[in-house]
Amino acid sequence: MTVQQADFTAALLDPTRAAPPGLSDGAGRPAGKRYDVYRNNVVVALSDALETAFPVIRKLLGDQFFRAMAGVYVRAHPPASPLMMHYGADFPTFLAGFPPAQGLPYLPDVARVELALRRAYHAADAAPIAATALAEVPPDRLGDIRLSFAPAVSLIPSDYPIHGIWTANAMGGPNPKPVAESALVARPGLDPSLSLITPGTLPVLTALMSGATLGDALDLAGDGFDLSALLSLLLSQGAITALN
Amino acid sequence: MLDASLPDPGLPARPGVGYKAQHFNALLSDPGPAAWLEVHAENYMGDGGRPLAQLRHLAERFPLSVHGVGLSIGGEGPLDPDHLARLRHLVGWLNPASFSEHLAWSTHDSHFLNDLLPLPYTQSTLSRVATHIDQLQEAIGRQMLLENPSSYLAFDESELTETEFLREVVARTGCGLLLDVNNVFVSATNLKTSPRAYIDAFPLEAVGEIHLGGHDEDKDDHGETLLIDSHGREVVDPVWALLDYTLAKSGPKPILIEWDNDVPDWPILAAEADRAQAALALIPS
Repeated sequence: MTVQQADFTAALLDPTRAAPPGLSDGAGRPAGKRYDVYRNNVVVALSDALETAFPVIRKLLGDQFFRAMAGVYVRAHPPASPLMMHYGADFPTFLAGFPPAQGLPYLPDVARVELALRRAYHAADAAPIAATALAEVPPDRLGDIRLSFAPAVSLIPSDYPIHGIWTANAMGGPNPKPVAESALVARPGLDPSLSLITPGTLPVLTALMSGATLGDALDLAGDGFDLSALLSLLLSQGAITALN
Repeated sequence: MLDASLPDPGLPARPGVGYKAQHFNALLSDPGPAAWLEVHAENYMGDGGRPLAQLRHLAERFPLSVHGVGLSIGGEGPLDPDHLARLRHLVGWLNPASFSEHLAWSTHDSHFLNDLLPLPYTQSTLSRVATHIDQLQEAIGRQMLLENPSSYLAFDESELTETEFLREVVARTGCGLLLDVNNVFVSATNLKTSPRAYIDAFPLEAVGEIHLGGHDEDKDDHGETLLIDSHGREVVDPVWALLDYTLAKSGPKPILIEWDNDVPDWPILAAEADRAQAALALIPS
């Protein structure tokens, strides 16, 4: 009796399947619970990895809910790579479609924030421009420049107060107000950071990150947009690596 | 086959510890008995940031052992060429004193299961494992050490004992071995064999590193003791005794303390490394 790894794997991820035949306890009896050690190891190790990646989602849902949901997720979506630092990239999409979590519609965006923070942690090192570099651009050329962003930088748009929710749960900040917030993830130095992006600023920053010139991006400014506030935020977060 | 008859002498025959980020400052200020560090290769395959910055610091200070946990050397499918390239890059960058991986599989059909899964000891497994080790050693340009697993069950189809299997892998590939003494104890308890007989049959001359770690205790369906390799607590006394038995036969070896779950404060881990140092000092000359 040859045990194929396909059969071994299928039963690992499906608790309703029996252990594959051909495995024993060393004394001729079926492996039984001994096979379950591997089953348990796989689900626990993958659930732990998910928990490490999404501490705020876990806090929002509570331990019990999170572990039960993780069990469903890891069986349906085992990693596609041995780099666990990438595991859970489709977790926000899973959350959006997970019926028991429908009462908390902000969860997928909060999960995107956590993914972006982890990506930033591992992102390539990049030297930011000096804070004075923008001041050296002649005023009549300012509208023509394009910004290059550090590999750690990402922008998570949302209709929910994701910055406030993340801050309240990860840092013990005040309770979030029910407003639309987007979030900028960057990495000044070695520690990822999260900054609030208001709805009036979001289209400008989105355009800049897509390669638009500053002049074209400014045409998209919404209510309350403040260019100097945005630029000093980007500079302080080490988000800009070049002016082109 | 690699042209190497002896294990890479890179790691000192002293205690080392599995590196955890929370011990970074303690290790740099006073590593105590820890003469070298082991890191899991896959944790250092990001593009930059703190993990690589810390590793750069540690590499200046300590001999490093890079320990892969994700290549799936025992997998039925081919090795992942992207992962081989990442390993080659990491080993090229760090030039560690040692590189090791496991006699196990963890990937099937591009699903990575994040566990070290067991293999039957057959001729067909043997040729597959040997081929994969050849490919790995070719990719990283050096000898690797292959680690014996913890076993919870046996395959009816097995034709060789684990020690016969490992001896043959060494003969075919020129790889060295990483002898996990806790795994020997766990497997022997679970499958009711003799841990000392295993050590007696083990090709100790090929051992380039020893692992020690803690395990948990459970029961199987028949109420028999089932030990689980958990790396979450102190090494137990019978494993220290088995280490003494091993060292008396093998002579001094680099000894790693593995503690991956419920990681303790540095002094507790350092005390385990102290105990390994004491075991090395006891070796009869």
